[in-house]
Amino acid sequence: MLKSKTFVKKTRSGGVMKIVREHYLRDDIWCGSEVCTECKQESTALQRDPCMESNLCSYPHYVIPDTNVVLHQIDVLEDQVIRNVIILQTVLAEVRHRSAPIYKRLKDIVHEKEKNFYTFTNEHHRETFIEREPGESANDRNDRAIRVAAKWYSEHLKKSESDTDPLKVVLLTNDQGNKQKAEESGLLVYKCEEYIKSLIGNPELVDRLALSNDDKNDITSSKVLFPEHLPLSRIQAGLKNGTFLQGTFRASRDNYLEATVFVQGEGEDSTEVLIQGLQNLNRSVYQDVVAVQLLPRDQWVAPSSVVLQDEGAAKDDNEEEGEEEKELRVSAAEAARKPTGRVVGIIKRNWRPFCGMLNASIIKESTRHLFTPADRRIPRIRIETRQADALAGQRIMVAIDGWPKHSRYPNGHFVRTLGSAGDKETEQQVLLLEHDVPHQAFSQAVLSFLPTMPWEITPEVMVNREDLRSLTVCSVDPPGCTDIDDALHCRELDNGNLEVGVHIADVSHFIRPGNAMDKEAANRGTTVYLCGKRIDMVPELLSSNLCSLRSNVERLAFSCIWEINHEAEILKTRFTKSVIKSKASLTYAEAQMRIDDTTQTDDITKNLRGLNKLAKILKKHRILKGALTLSSLEVRFHIDSETHDPIDLQTKELMETNSMVEEFMLLANISVAQKIFDEFPDCAMLRKHPAPPPSNYDILLKAAKSKAVEIHTDSAKALADSLDVARVDGFPYFNTLLRILATRCMMQAVYFCSGMDSDFHHYGLASPIYTHFTSPIRRYADIIVHRLLAVAIAADKTYPDLMDKQKQSALSNNLNYRHKMSQYAQRASVAFHTQLFFKSRGILNEEGFVLFVRKNAIIVLIPKFGLEGTVFFDSKNKAAPTVVFDEEGPSLTVEQHIFHIFDRVIVTISLDASNIQHQKIRMSLIEPVIPGVSVSAPEVEPLTKKPRLDR
Amino acid sequence: MAGLELLSDQGYRLDGRKATELRKFQARMGVFAQADGSAYLEQGNTKALAVVYGPHEVRGARSRIRHDRAVINCQYSMATFSTAERKRRPHGDRKSTEMSLHLKQTFEAAVMTQLYPRSQIDIYVKILQSDGGNYSVCVNAATLAVIDAGIPMRDYVCACTVGFVDETPLADLCYAEEGGGVSSLALALLPRGGQIALLQMDARLHQDHLEALMEAAMTACKGVSKVLDQVVRQHLQEASVPSAE
Repeated sequence: MLKSKTFVKKTRSGGVMKIVREHYLRDDIWCGSEVCTECKQESTALQRDPCMESNLCSYPHYVIPDTNVVLHQIDVLEDQVIRNVIILQTVLAEVRHRSAPIYKRLKDIVHEKEKNFYTFTNEHHRETFIEREPGESANDRNDRAIRVAAKWYSEHLKKSESDTDPLKVVLLTNDQGNKQKAEESGLLVYKCEEYIKSLIGNPELVDRLALSNDDKNDITSSKVLFPEHLPLSRIQAGLKNGTFLQGTFRASRDNYLEATVFVQGEGEDSTEVLIQGLQNLNRSVYQDVVAVQLLPRDQWVAPSSVVLQDEGAAKDDNEEEGEEEKELRVSAAEAARKPTGRVVGIIKRNWRPFCGMLNASIIKESTRHLFTPADRRIPRIRIETRQADALAGQRIMVAIDGWPKHSRYPNGHFVRTLGSAGDKETEQQVLLLEHDVPHQAFSQAVLSFLPTMPWEITPEVMVNREDLRSLTVCSVDPPGCTDIDDALHCRELDNGNLEVGVHIADVSHFIRPGNAMDKEAANRGTTVYLCGKRIDMVPELLSSNLCSLRSNVERLAFSCIWEINHEAEILKTRFTKSVIKSKASLTYAEAQMRIDDTTQTDDITKNLRGLNKLAKILKKHRILKGALTLSSLEVRFHIDSETHDPIDLQTKELMETNSMVEEFMLLANISVAQKIFDEFPDCAMLRKHPAPPPSNYDILLKAAKSKAVEIHTDSAKALADSLDVARVDGFPYFNTLLRILATRCMMQAVYFCSGMDSDFHHYGLASPIYTHFTSPIRRYADIIVHRLLAVAIAADKTYPDLMDKQKQSALSNNLNYRHKMSQYAQRASVAFHTQLFFKSRGILNEEGFVLFVRKNAIIVLIPKFGLEGTVFFDSKNKAAPTVVFDEEGPSLTVEQHIFHIFDRVIVTISLDASNIQHQKIRMSLIEPVIPGVSVSAPEVEPLTKKPRLDR
Repeated sequence: MAGLELLSDQGYRLDGRKATELRKFQARMGVFAQADGSAYLEQGNTKALAVVYGPHEVRGARSRIRHDRAVINCQYSMATFSTAERKRRPHGDRKSTEMSLHLKQTFEAAVMTQLYPRSQIDIYVKILQSDGGNYSVCVNAATLAVIDAGIPMRDYVCACTVGFVDETPLADLCYAEEGGGVSSLALALLPRGGQIALLQMDARLHQDHLEALMEAAMTACKGVSKVLDQVVRQHLQEASVPSAE
């Protein structure tokens, strides 16, 4: 059964080395077809009657794509129409070598049962293995191997004569030479485009075809617009001798002719290189890793503050470019100039499918159209489609295929449509995709790890677990919360002290390390809350049922129990896995009512009062230590139950009970952080909040000074104290505004692995150590912390990745990224709903405060809606008023009026829907009245009972 | 770029074997006339030569003499041409010394040394070509040589390395697999009784997987013992035919 074949390989590692490897050839590799009677295979992937109707091949057939077809047309292969495909091992190996993301997608397709893809291990099959001939290149050998395998298949399938026509095999290749040779050896071979176009009844599929190299030539003129990219070898040489710099390309959001390249230096010294002008940008796309060359110092420029949007039609490729670029080169002050460079080559493309909309070409019959991505940092993409009419007004996804040097825009192809623009569902999809939030339904593999229902507590579960079902535990959460991950209890002990317990859902009991569900959760990182929608990190059965600590059901928990005296000093701390039975699930308001209502004396209420009393003391201690109380406005939409449109908007209210729950969560987090760090100093997952650099506070200091208030920023405590005393008579909202500003000065808190860092301090909470333990249903970091803690108290087993600080560190980076993205997505969702709200409400006049002053605008915060908007003083069609900006104040003088931070203004709010892709809230000034700038207050439409359905 | 894929989704390894399959064995016994016993063994591309002298009188320091059993002296060396880059020192470096010690321990457990008090048995093993699993090939070759020398053993000593990839144990690792960041384990087994003569592992492995890995190693060793048994029987047949004439 084994045949041994030895071949010689040469690889380079410093010098030339001869590597000898064995290569066994087998005769027990089966063909994977249902028809085959010869092969003794157990399961078959390829169907008896493959139904892909094609004009070219009217007979039943299997398809064998070659490597380049897979690499370029993976979008097509992913389509449900394409089935019964044989993926050769040669192809798989080459794809793996060339592109990791495509390899992963290919593997996903192969695993999908309905797609009937079969991987044929041709390199180890006795009859299909070939040796590289002298003088033959590796690519040629692989092409030949593919042809030989295809040939073998067609012969093999012929042998297994069935009653119907023998099955045939069709080879797809885009390589002319390969195609010719295949035809010579009597194979059925087509170009991928030919074949896809011949498929009956799938016009949409044609659009998904990526443009291949030889098609590109006829798209654009042969005029070269861009300098050639340098080959990788020259780039590497340049990087080594320091003429080039490597960095991540970050396009500017406001100016399509400007970008920065972020060059990561040793340790802290990272620099940014400014790139200006189309030629210098040289076909880089946002997030690409590029090599840049610095320009001589006299050509350095300052970043322009002009807003430029690429709005030229597709035709006038480069007429007005010159002018716009000239406009950019406004001579800047010497000091403002920054290192400027040009892109000489691309080290790694970071293209992904982009969401956006189609700008249909003016010529009706044209099949080439421009696509405008939703993200302004991405250039417009030229795509080819025959369904422009159908796609107009739709949100679609497009992938970039390439950017030849003679084309103004990159070439791409259509991937799929998301739905009509402006539609709530579609817009939600867009913002999820644009923020890279994984939001697909959980796969079967993931769901297979869910416990079977009905679930109950078995004796095995009770091992290492304390029975706390008799305790009076209750949970306090926002209204409508279904994923309750924390519950509390408090009772008096015989010695007069209090016992307080925080019980957290034991998610790590259900999600075992390393399985598909765990991997999915680790990838998602966090649950994302959008307005009216929640994208779960773990399947719903767990998040809203088995792990949710609902009232009057028995649930598994991880408990942190303290013995505390009446001065809120912790005497003892212990952790245990437990079983609890919550006695009540309260909302913040309900809990508050119980505490305030002196007539109620039941257990739960007594519990709550005890907790509340302790929480107040704890909070006092914390603030004494210098914890910050910051402020940001959060809004809540009242959503119409039928249309799901927002009908009212209200800022979230904070109650005593909010802070009560928060206080104990903080306490639990800190206790757990200390415990896991003591046990695992190298691999504890902690959370830190670095102190912001002093320069961050500039804006806050200036703003406070304008109101004659002194703010100290030497330490968190100084800041907290000075914020507390900052008051201005007759301006009650001032303190909140100041806190909002202070929040903007802060750094992001991040997860990290204790073995990789030495600074653990949490600035905002003024705690020397901190972690997240209390929300394992919606944060993956908490699951890791649970596992660490479980190992620390010997309640669970460990596993290698948990103790590997490199892996922990990589994981925390992903969690930080997902966390950031989910916040952005959340904000975007709020913004979208705000727009919907104002669309239904029409024009409103509201009171607001100036939050920032910019060169040509003021940013106004409207407390009632928690809404921020910009009032511009130079609009396109009006004569600009005289505007003087004073950076020191900072203040802005418009005509005669001077705007300071915190000034009270009245603005009118309306929705600007002129650009359907980027609808925005428009604000204009009503008060103070400045002639020629402010507008007269428009009639506020009377509130209609029902929101108008004017979509 | 991406490292080697040690085990494909279809269940094939780099060289086309399945997870539990051993490499191809080729062996000859009695290759040298001068020595008391000798054997040559190829396991895939790993080739080893083993030579046995003895039992004979203890040479050198008299203090090494044991009154109740024979002393086993092992020496392991690698030919300078055995690896892809020419070796500087064929023996005497730390690795070879360690390997010699391991071989000695293995054979002290297997050879019935109590039958030859006050004497010495020398086992010399040389790797001619190295492609992974050096230790186990040496043990297997030495077993054949000891049998060729007619020294009684409790059982064949069969050795095999196993590695752990994607939750699957791989038997009889080749060089590429050993180098691919696999935690590997070497086991020398007396297959009939299932006694372990030597177990060596110097990589990290989670203890949950140890059992599965040991199981796979045992099975692999039993496979090796079958092959060795065949080799011995065939050699005996060949050797006995001319003497019968």
